[in-house]
Amino acid sequence: MRKAILPYLANPVVVVGALLSFGWLFVAALAPWLAPYDPIKTILPLMQPGAANPAGGIFLLGTDMLGRDILSRLIYGARTVVVFATLATVTAYLVGVTLGLIAGYWRGRVDAVLSYLANVVLSFPVLVLYIVIIVVIGSSPFNIVLAVTFGSAPAIFRIVRGITMDVASRDYVAAAVTQGERAWRIMVFDVLPNATGPLAVDFCLRLGYTAITIGTLGFLGLGLPPPTPDWGTMVNEGRGMAIAFPHLVIFPCLAISSLMLGLSLLADGLREVSDAQGRRT
Amino acid sequence: MIPPILSVRNLSVSLPKGADRPYAVHDASFDLHAGEILCIVGESGSGKSVLSSALMGAVPEGLSVTGGQVLLGETDLVPLRESQFRAIRGRDIAMIFQEPMASLNPALTVAAQIEEVFELHADFDRAERARRARALVESMHLPNPDRILKSYPHQLSGGQCQRVVIAMALAMNPGVLIADEPTTALDVTTQAQVLKLIGELRDLHGHGIVFITHDFGVVADIADRVAVMKHGEIVEIGDARQVLTAPRHDYTKALIAAVPSLTPRDRPVLADAAPVLSVQKLHHAYGSVQVLKDIELSLPPGRVLSIVGESGCGKSTLAKAMIRLIEAKGGRVEVAGTDILGLSSSALRHKRRTIQMIFQDPFGSLNPRRRIGPMIARGARLAGASAAEARSRTESLLELVGLQKSAYWRKPGAFSGGQRQRVGIARALAMQPDVLIADESVSALDVSVQAQVLALLRDLQQRLNLAIVFITHDLRVAAQISDEIVVMQKGEIVERGTAAQVLGAPQHPYTKTLLEAAPGRGTF
Repeated sequence: MRKAILPYLANPVVVVGALLSFGWLFVAALAPWLAPYDPIKTILPLMQPGAANPAGGIFLLGTDMLGRDILSRLIYGARTVVVFATLATVTAYLVGVTLGLIAGYWRGRVDAVLSYLANVVLSFPVLVLYIVIIVVIGSSPFNIVLAVTFGSAPAIFRIVRGITMDVASRDYVAAAVTQGERAWRIMVFDVLPNATGPLAVDFCLRLGYTAITIGTLGFLGLGLPPPTPDWGTMVNEGRGMAIAFPHLVIFPCLAISSLMLGLSLLADGLREVSDAQGRRT
Repeated sequence: MIPPILSVRNLSVSLPKGADRPYAVHDASFDLHAGEILCIVGESGSGKSVLSSALMGAVPEGLSVTGGQVLLGETDLVPLRESQFRAIRGRDIAMIFQEPMASLNPALTVAAQIEEVFELHADFDRAERARRARALVESMHLPNPDRILKSYPHQLSGGQCQRVVIAMALAMNPGVLIADEPTTALDVTTQAQVLKLIGELRDLHGHGIVFITHDFGVVADIADRVAVMKHGEIVEIGDARQVLTAPRHDYTKALIAAVPSLTPRDRPVLADAAPVLSVQKLHHAYGSVQVLKDIELSLPPGRVLSIVGESGCGKSTLAKAMIRLIEAKGGRVEVAGTDILGLSSSALRHKRRTIQMIFQDPFGSLNPRRRIGPMIARGARLAGASAAEARSRTESLLELVGLQKSAYWRKPGAFSGGQRQRVGIARALAMQPDVLIADESVSALDVSVQAQVLALLRDLQQRLNLAIVFITHDLRVAAQISDEIVVMQKGEIVERGTAAQVLGAPQHPYTKTLLEAAPGRGTF
C-alpha cells in the first residue's frame, strides 16, 4: 500500500492539487470553529477588508451590503460546495458507472438504447440543460443534485462503457465466464477495478466542474435559496457594486478558482503518475 | 583470412536502475562474415533483442551502450551520432522485424514504401526507382509482382508482408542484415518459405545475416554459426553443427534437451471407455464465411486429443464454441452426457464446471488486480465447495501445479509467464472439470518452461483421469502430449488418427506439408 502511494506524494502537481482540494475540505469540516462570525448575521454593511468591528475584532475580508462577514460566508460556503458538489458527482457516478458497465458488457440492443439516450443528453449544452431543469423543477438542494446527475452521467457512462468493452474482451473475463460467474460479479470484480485509474482522474475533474456549476447556478439566481452561504450567489449579489466594492466579488471568485485549480491539478497529477506506472509495467 | 564485415567487441548495454540485473547485454563479442548466417538464440529476457537493437544504434529508451565496439568494416558504430547513423541504416546495415504488419506503413502502397528507401539513400530518377522496386519484389518470389506493388499492407498476407519488409531491407544491398525473430509471427508453412528465401540471400548474394531467434528448430535449418545467450551474456558460440549436436555449455545442453521431439511419446494404451466429450455436427460461420464445418470429435476420459492447424483454420473458434464463449450456429457438444449447447443460460452456469479452459496468454488470462488464491478458490466455490473447503482445495492445487502455498495472497504481477500458466491450470482444475480445453496454452512460453508445463499437464491428466483437448499450431508440442491428433484446415478436419499414425504416416497432403515445414526436422 505504501509503495502504491509513494509515487503520488513525490509528484509536485499532485501535492499542490491535494493541498488546495483537501484544504477546502478541511475548511468546510471545521467551519464553525474557523469562521469568526455567524455567516448570516448582519453586523455592519459594506466594510472594507481589514476594517475594525466596533464590537471588537476585525472584518478580515470586509462585509457585504447586508453587513454579513465575507470571510465567514466563504468558510460556510465551502460547506455548501463541498457537500453538494460531492453528493451530485457521486450520484452521477453511480448512475453513469452502472449503466456504462451494463452497456459495455452486454452490448447489443441494451447498449444501442443507452448510448442513444446518452448522446441525446450530451447534444445539449450542459449549462442550458441545467437551467432548463432547474427552471422546470425548481431550485432546491435535491433538484440541483438531480440536474447535475442528469447532465454528467452520460459522459461518465461513455468512459465506463469504453473501458468495459476493452476489458470484457480479455481472457480473464472469459475465464470468469467459464467458471460460471454471474455477469454482475464479473462487472464489479473483474471489470470495474481495471477502470479505477481513468475514473479517479475524471472524478477529480468532474468534482471541479460541478463546483463551478453550483457556483454558476448560484450566480444566475438558480442556486440554493438564500440566506444559505453560497460562493456563486455571493458573486451575483456583489455584482452591482463590484466597481465600488471589488472585495464583494473578488474573494468568492478566488475561492471558486482555487478549488477548481486544486481539483484540476490533482486530476492532472494522478494521470501523470498512473501513466508513468502504466509505461513501466 | 577474410576480415569480418561486422565485428562486435566486448559490447555492453546497461539496464536502468532497479532492473533485475545491471546489464541487458554484458561483454558480447562475435564476428560476422559475408555469406554467413549467425543465429543468436536465447530465451525471453536473454538480451538478444537488445543486442540486435544496439547493432542498429537504436537501443530502447532507458538503456544505453556503456562499452565496447561495433565495427562495420573499419568504422566503430558505437560513438556515431544519430544523424551519422541514419546514413548507415538501410545502406550498409538493415533490419527485419518480427511483426511484418507493424513494420510497414498501412497508409502507403508497397511500391511507395520500397521506393522511399531509394529516395533516402540514392539519387535515382523516378523510373529507375520503380524499376528497382519491381526487381526486388520479383526476387522475393512473390506471385504477381505488379499486384503486390500496388497493394496496401492490409491486402497482403503475413508472409507476403514479411517478404516486402525483406525487400525493403535489401533495397540498398546492405552488407549486413539483422533479422529479429523474422518468422516467429508466421505460420509454419510460410515460415519455411521465408527461411528458404533468407538462405538464398546468403548463398546467392553473400549477405552477412544476424538472425535472432528463440527456436532451435529454425536454428538447425538455417544457421552457419550459433551464439547462445543467457542473462545478457553469450555463453557459447560456435559452428552450428557443433553447438547443436555437441553443445559444451550446460545451458545450451539444457535448452536443446528441452526442444520437444517430433516423435510421439509412448502413451499407455487404455481400454476403450465411453466418451466424456462428444462433438457432433458442430458448425459456425462469420457472415457467409464457414469457419467450422460439421466438426465431429469424441474423447474418452484420461486421453489427450490435439487439434493442430495453422492460424485461421478455425481451431480457436472450435475451442470457444465448445465451451460456449461464442454461440455456434448449430451442432451438439455433449460433456458427460449433457448437451452444453442446448442449455439455457442459467442451466449452463451450473454445468460450466464440467468443461474448463486454459488460455493462451499467461499475461492476459489473469486479472492483474486480483489475488490468485481467492481467484482460484472462487472457482471451487462456484463448483459448490464451502469457503473452508475452497481454501484448502486451492492450497493443495497450488502445490499440485508446482507453486508454493504462500502464493495464495499474491497478485499475477509477481509471477513469471510459466508460473502464471500454472495458476491458470489450477484455476481450471478448481472446478473439478471432466473436460479441459487447452488453447495454445504453452505457445507463449520459453522452450524450457514449455517442457515443464507440458510435463505438468501430462502428470495431472494421468493422476486425475482428465480428458484434455489440446489446441496447438506446433506439431512438436502435439507429439509430446497427444494420444490422438486431429488436423484442421479451413474449418474442416482433414485428418485424424493416433499421434503415431498422423505424425509417422500422414495421409492427407496438408498434413504432409505441415510436417515437412516443421523447422529443424532433420536435427531434433
